[in-house]
Amino acid sequence: MQKLFLKKGISRKSAYNLRNPKDDEFERHTLAILVDNESGVLARVIGLFSGRGYNIDSLTVAEVDHSGNLSRITIVTSGTPSVIEQIKAQLDRMVPVHDVHDLTAEGASVERELALFKVFAKGEKRVESLRLADVFRAKVVDSTLVSFTFELTGTPEKIDAFADLMVPLGLKEIARTGVAALSRG
Amino acid sequence: MNNYMSGAQIVVEALLEHKVDTVFGYPGGAVLPIYDEIFKQKKIKHVLVRHEQGAIHAAEGYSRSTGKPGVALVTSGPGATNSVTGLTDALMDSIPIIVLTGQVPTFMIGNDAFQEADTVGITRPCTKHNWLVKDTNLLGKIIHEAFYVSTNGRPGPVLVDIPKDVQFASGNYTKKKDFLPKRYTPKIKPDNNLILKAVKAFENAKKPIIYSGGGVINSGDNASTLLRELVDKSNFPITSTLMGLGCYPASKKNWMGMLGMHGTYEANMAMHDCDFMFCIGARFDDRITGKTDEFSPNSTKIHIDIDPSSINKNILVDIGIVGDIDISLQAFLKLWKKRGAKTSLNKTWWDQIDDWKGINCLSYKKSAKSIKPQYAIQRLEELTKDLDRYVSTEVGQHQMWAAQFMGFEEPKRWMTSGGLGTMGYGFPASIGIQLAHPKSLVINVAGEASWLMNMQELGTAVQYNLPVKQFILNNERLGMVRQWQELLHGGRYSHSWSDALPDFVKLAEAYGIKGICCDDPNKLDDAILEMLDYDGPVIFDCLVEKHENCFPMIPSGKAHNEMILSAEEPEQEIGKSGAVLV
Repeated sequence: MQKLFLKKGISRKSAYNLRNPKDDEFERHTLAILVDNESGVLARVIGLFSGRGYNIDSLTVAEVDHSGNLSRITIVTSGTPSVIEQIKAQLDRMVPVHDVHDLTAEGASVERELALFKVFAKGEKRVESLRLADVFRAKVVDSTLVSFTFELTGTPEKIDAFADLMVPLGLKEIARTGVAALSRG
Repeated sequence: MNNYMSGAQIVVEALLEHKVDTVFGYPGGAVLPIYDEIFKQKKIKHVLVRHEQGAIHAAEGYSRSTGKPGVALVTSGPGATNSVTGLTDALMDSIPIIVLTGQVPTFMIGNDAFQEADTVGITRPCTKHNWLVKDTNLLGKIIHEAFYVSTNGRPGPVLVDIPKDVQFASGNYTKKKDFLPKRYTPKIKPDNNLILKAVKAFENAKKPIIYSGGGVINSGDNASTLLRELVDKSNFPITSTLMGLGCYPASKKNWMGMLGMHGTYEANMAMHDCDFMFCIGARFDDRITGKTDEFSPNSTKIHIDIDPSSINKNILVDIGIVGDIDISLQAFLKLWKKRGAKTSLNKTWWDQIDDWKGINCLSYKKSAKSIKPQYAIQRLEELTKDLDRYVSTEVGQHQMWAAQFMGFEEPKRWMTSGGLGTMGYGFPASIGIQLAHPKSLVINVAGEASWLMNMQELGTAVQYNLPVKQFILNNERLGMVRQWQELLHGGRYSHSWSDALPDFVKLAEAYGIKGICCDDPNKLDDAILEMLDYDGPVIFDCLVEKHENCFPMIPSGKAHNEMILSAEEPEQEIGKSGAVLV
């Protein structure tokens, strides 16, 4: 299997990055959006981002209130401060959107992401990957004689850091869920 | 009354509850049950258009001229896809319309059925909201929600996609009074602190300008009344966008004419040099601002808009107030008057404006031999301005000349495609306007190229005997394209002429209506009067000067104070960065 090529910090970037990320004022914001859980609502939100040229760094969506028929979409986006303001205003005026919270701007928040890493290694490298997984409190969820699959939960930065360490040890595949986030307290 | 009925009956019942009197539509397989119900009743008038795009523009014309939502009914697949341009047009100009589309039965959706299209998918970005109805029991509630969403907050088009089996099946109809709008609650009351800040800035303005837009018209007639009071009591100069023409009377002395790319010299210069700008229901569109980083550099800017996303989108403002124009102006005027209705207007500001006016930026070279397009509009204006008149336009040079040379005293008298710039809008729109105002004079100021884009609607005009006057400025060119090619592309007129034009008089005669052709400035008045006297639709083929340019003009990528006034001016370089703009 081909070795996975990961450039530092590139893992959170997606094909939706349409604006120039080299802009000095570029900021990364996590938005928590409460929406009606109706068909097409995700397409509406994503369509807004692609149609107006906003970035999506990561996106998660799931129903959070079955009786109230509500879903939470967590989007990590990046842009200049004025673009971030536009994104919030554009989201807020959509009919199925109940509220939009900018967790980055509204004070402390917690962010978590889950990722699975498949590492192929032998000998000392295999032992080292296990040792590092232990340091990061990653769990082994599958193993063969030549590979481990680790499960790791943490901030996106922690997951990036673990990925960077696993690359020289034989990281072949990653699956990430994207960020789930809530404001504190 | 029994509330259990078929989906098709629910559609008609809901439209009646919303006091819909006219529906523009075109039948097809997937809407036959609804057409069957329309056949059985007399209260709703159905107007058969000749193309679905025409239905949407007609509904827009109806809505823009009445303030009520327009309704269109089209079939699935091609019926729905043909409505996309009209929906986008209504979205850009914030026009409330409700489009009902048929859809293949729910059990066939996704199978590439005959005349199937992913209508809600296709129209998602060009509607304010849309719905696919999968259960007849929800149909009534969804139609009520559609009317509510379309007309509340910033108005816009909505679409309800109704599969054929949902139309046939029976279900419970939710009455309008039992529908509670819960989830969409736009903010309409302004923040009092911001109003106070705005009033203070208003009182201190030495060189002010009021810049109003279509939001004033959308907010209702009272908003225009309040705007007039504000202007008259403060004696501030006022300009307006293309969409806002008529919210302040063009005949009054504070009126400076339209601003923007083809706006008046005085309006644009005042925008650039003012120290205070009060933007009321406009959105700093690129046609208005020109080069944004040189836009009105020394002014305090206040912006009232019902849509929070319009504020600080293109131009950063000092005070952004989210609220309905009517309610916000009430609060503003009340506070301003309570504080003594003070202003700090600098007397020399009006002198300066009068100097700019003295340039007479709309002047053009008259001709005794050929009809200048500006002259044609001037004569039309002169002969119709005192009549009960509604004007629609197509898109291009003629549209700008009409905006420059026609004066509107009241809102909802001027219907034009501003945001999307849809050629082919005007003729079907004039049909919608005439149906809403059967006794009034309705004129569509057109260019021959735009007009040809929806000329099939002649059939509709004739069938319903709608006396719409099609005033076509025929220069046998795509005038605005040709003007840009002259100014930006070295006069290489690539495909910008109208070849193989029909004989418009014979075309009119083929439909059994009146056609008039005029190419002599001395006979123009008589020809226009002949058009006005005729009781029925008229095609007026006005053969005008072919290579006339529309001035004044802010070239692309230039600031307000860099307007070109005429072709005689020393040639201005439009840089590469300007040429890339539209």
